[in-house]
Amino acid sequence: MVPTNYYLILSAILFGLGIVGFVFKRNIIAIFMAIELMLNAVNLAFVAFSQSFGKVDGEVFVLFVIVVAAAEATVGLGIIILTARNRRSLNVERVDLLKL
Amino acid sequence: MRPILENLWIIPLLPLLGCALNGLLGAKWPKKTVDAVALGSTGLSFVLAIEAVREFLGFYDSNHHAFVKPFFDWIVAGNFRAGFDLQMDQLTVVMVLVVTGVGFLIHIYSTGYMAHEGGYYRFFSYLNLFMFFMLILVLAANFALLFVGWEGVGLCSYLLIGFYFLRKTATNAGNKAFIVNRIGDFGFMLGMFLLFRTFHSLDFAVVFDATSKLPREAMGQFGTLTIASLLLFMGATGKSAQIPLYVWLPDAMEGPTPVSALIHAATMVTAGVYMVARSHVLFTHAPTAMYVVAIVGCATAFFAATIGLVQSDIKKVLAYSTVSQLGYMFLGCGVGAFGAGIFHLMTHAFFKALLFLAAGSVIHAMGGEQDMWGMGGLAPKIKVTFWCMLFGTIAIAGFPPFAAFFSKDSILFSAYNYEHSGKALYTIGLLAAVMTSFYMFRLIWLTFFTEKRYDEHHVHVHESPSNMTVPLMILAFLSLTGGCFALPALFGGKDYFAEFLAPVFGAAEAAGGEAGQSLEHTLSIVAVVAAAIGLLVAWRMYAKKVQRRPSQGLHKVLYNKYYVDELYQAVFVGPLVWLSRIVFWKVVDVTLIDGTVNGIASGSRAVGDTVRRTQSGNTRSYAVWVLVGAIVVLAIIFWPILHPALFGEVR
Amino acid sequence: MTGALVIFFVLAALAVVGSISLIVQREPIHSALSLIVVMVALAGLYLLMGAEFVAAVQIIVYGGAIMVLFVFVIMLLNAGEEERTNFSKLATFAGIPLALAVTGFIAAAIAHSSASLPAPEPSGALTSTKTLSMLLFSDFVYPFELTSFLILVAILGAIVLAQREN
Repeated sequence: MVPTNYYLILSAILFGLGIVGFVFKRNIIAIFMAIELMLNAVNLAFVAFSQSFGKVDGEVFVLFVIVVAAAEATVGLGIIILTARNRRSLNVERVDLLKL
Repeated sequence: MRPILENLWIIPLLPLLGCALNGLLGAKWPKKTVDAVALGSTGLSFVLAIEAVREFLGFYDSNHHAFVKPFFDWIVAGNFRAGFDLQMDQLTVVMVLVVTGVGFLIHIYSTGYMAHEGGYYRFFSYLNLFMFFMLILVLAANFALLFVGWEGVGLCSYLLIGFYFLRKTATNAGNKAFIVNRIGDFGFMLGMFLLFRTFHSLDFAVVFDATSKLPREAMGQFGTLTIASLLLFMGATGKSAQIPLYVWLPDAMEGPTPVSALIHAATMVTAGVYMVARSHVLFTHAPTAMYVVAIVGCATAFFAATIGLVQSDIKKVLAYSTVSQLGYMFLGCGVGAFGAGIFHLMTHAFFKALLFLAAGSVIHAMGGEQDMWGMGGLAPKIKVTFWCMLFGTIAIAGFPPFAAFFSKDSILFSAYNYEHSGKALYTIGLLAAVMTSFYMFRLIWLTFFTEKRYDEHHVHVHESPSNMTVPLMILAFLSLTGGCFALPALFGGKDYFAEFLAPVFGAAEAAGGEAGQSLEHTLSIVAVVAAAIGLLVAWRMYAKKVQRRPSQGLHKVLYNKYYVDELYQAVFVGPLVWLSRIVFWKVVDVTLIDGTVNGIASGSRAVGDTVRRTQSGNTRSYAVWVLVGAIVVLAIIFWPILHPALFGEVR
Repeated sequence: MTGALVIFFVLAALAVVGSISLIVQREPIHSALSLIVVMVALAGLYLLMGAEFVAAVQIIVYGGAIMVLFVFVIMLLNAGEEERTNFSKLATFAGIPLALAVTGFIAAAIAHSSASLPAPEPSGALTSTKTLSMLLFSDFVYPFELTSFLILVAILGAIVLAQREN
C-alpha cells in the first residue's frame, strides 16, 4: 500500500517540471503540452486524495478536468494553427506584436 | 432747497461720464466732439461746484458743522461701516473750487497743447478720470473713501505720466511714481488701521469728535494718536513728494506739460496737505507728529530749492520748485497754521499751474525744446507767454501784492512763533525763499533774455493759440489777486481767508494769530527783502551774458540731485531686484516650484518608462510574470503554514 | 517492499522520465510522444489507486483523442526543430528559481499536512463505476451539463477558427 504522500510528491514534481517546460520551451505546441502535463499532475493529486479520503468526489473532478482539457486543447490548437500560418513560425518569441 | 448739495455725487460723476464717453467712443470722434465732452463735463462740474458752495454758504450757520450726506453703504462688515458719504465744509469749498476751476482752465489749455499729439481722446479720458478721483478725494467724508480717491489719482498719475508710452523713460517714470506712492500708501493704510482699531470707525465726524475728547499727548510721547498721525503723514510724504519719497516728482515731468500743471502742481500733490489739514484734530493732539511734519516740510523746502538752483531743464526747475513749495505747506501745517498752509495751497495752485502752462507754451513755441541752455532772448517773440510767466515768477518769489506773498508770509510768521525751534525753522524757510526767488528769476533771464542760443532756421518761434493763452491770463490774474483774501490783515483788518476756515480749524487758528502786529510787519518786510536779494543775485549772474561752465564740485552734486536716486537704487532697488530675480525667481520659482511640478511630470514619465519595459511582447516573459503572480497568491495562502516551516518549529 | 510500492516507483519513474524528456526534446513530435508515455504511466497509477474508470478515461480521451489531436496538428504545421532563440532574459534567469519556489511551496504544504491525511484503504479495492456515476448524475449534474455545454462551445470555436478567410 502506497502512502498518499508519495503520490502527492510525484504530483508536485510533475507540476514543477510542467512549469519548467512552460517557461523554457520555445515551440508553442511544446508549451501547450507542458500545460497538459501540469493538468495531469493535478489530476494525480485529486485521485490520490480521493483514494485517501475514501470518497469518489476527487475522481468526478478529474473527469471534469479531462473534459475541460479536451475543450481547451481543441480551441487552443485551432488558434495555434492560425497563428502559425500568420506568423509563419512556431517560435513563441516571434509572436511579439504586443511589444510597446 | 438745496438740489446740488443734496446730490453732491453729481460733481464727481460728470467727469467720470466724460472719461467713459471719451474713453470708449472717443477714438472715432473728431477733435471737436472730444473737446466738447471733456470740457463740457469739467466745466459743468465747476459750475455745479460753485452752486453747491453757494448753497452751503446759505445753509451754514455757526451751530452746524460740516454738511455730510451719506449716499450708499459701501463696506459693511460687522460694526464697521464705510459709506459713500460726501461732505461739504469750508475746507472742502476751497479744495473743490480749486480743483474744478484750475482743472477746467487746464482742460481748455490742453485742447491747444495736445492738438497735434496722438491719443488725443485718451488724454482727455484720463484727465477726466483724474478729476473724478480728485473730487472723490476732497468730497469724501471718511478715510476709506478718501483713500479710494487717493489711490485713484495715483493711478491717473501713472497713466498720464506714461502717456507717451512708447518712450521708455516715460513708462519708467510712471512706474516710479506709482511704486514710490505705494510705499507711502502703506503707511497711510497702517494709519487707517490704527484709527479703526482705536475708534472703530473711519468717518471723519466720529474720529475727530472722539479725538477731541482725548487728552493731548505730550511731546516725545509716542501714543496712539502720534503714531497714527505719523503713519498718515508717511502717506502724505509719498503723495505730496516730501523727503524721503519725493523722487518720483521730477521724473514725472516726462508726462505732457498740462499733466504736470494739473496733477503735479495744483491738485494731486496737494492731496497730502489736504489730508493733513483735514486731520488737524489728530495732529494737534500729537505734538510730536506736528514737529516731525514741520521739520520734514522745512527740510524739503530747503533741500529741493538747492537742487532747483542749477537745473537746466525748465520743467525740472518747476518740479523742484513744487516740491519746495509743498514743503512750505507742510511747514505751515506742522507749526499749527493749517489755514495758512491751505491758503498757500490755493495760491500755489494758481501760480504753479500758471508757471507750468507758460513753460508749456514756451516749449510749444520752441517746438519741443525743454533745455534752457537751448533757449534765450524769447521775450520779444512770445510776449503774452513772457508776461504771464513773469507774473507767475513774481508771485512765487513772494513780492506783494501777489498772492504768494501773503500765504508764504503767514507760514513763516507762524513758524517764527512756533514753540519748538521755531526760529531755526523760520531761518531755513527764509533761506529757501531766497533761493526760490533766485532760481525762478534765473529761469526768466535764461529763457527770455540773454542771447539766442538756438538756431533760428530749425526752430520757428511762435506765440501759442488763444486756447492756450487765455487760461494763462486768467491764472495770472488769479495769481495777482488771489491774495486779496488776506490782504486786509496786513493793514490791521481781518484775514478773511483764515476767518473763513476758522469753523474748520477753529482753535488751531488761534495758535497763530495773536502775536504782535509789529513783529508780523517786520517779518513781512524781511520776506520781501529776501525775495529781492534772490532777484538781485540772479540778475547779476544771469541777466547779461551767460556762459555755461562744465559742472563740477558742489554744482555737480546739486545738478545730480545729491545722487539720491542713485543711493535709492543701490540701497533699496538693487537689492530688491536682486532678491526677486535671483532668489524668488531663479531659486524659488524656477527650481523649487517649476522643479517640483516638472519633477512630478518627469517622475511619472520615468516610472512609466520603467514599467513599460515589462510589456516586452515576449510571451515567455509574460509566462514568468504569471508564475510570479501565482507564487504570490500561494505565499499568501500558505503563509500560516509556511511560517513555522521556514523559520523552524518553535513549539 | 510491497508489490504495490514497486509498481508505484516504476510508474513514477516512467512519468518523471517522460516529463523530463518532454522538456528536453527539441522536436515537438518527440515531446508529444513523451507526453503520451507520461499519460500512460499516470493511467497506470490511477489503476493502482483503484480508480479504474478514470484510468480508462485517461487513456481513451487524453491519450487517444487529445494527444492524437496534438500529433495531427504537429503534422499539419510541419513543426520542425525548435529554434534556439533566447529573447527573454527574464525567463532565462528567473525561470528555474521560480519553478523551484512553486514546487517548494507545494512540497512544504504536503509535508506540513501529511500527518493529518487519513490512511488510504487497503489496495485492491476498486472504485465501482456505479458509485462514480451515482455521484456524477446526482450531486454533480449541474457541472456535468455545463461541461457538455463547454464542449459545444469548443466545437463551435473550432469551426469558426477553421473557416477560410472570405
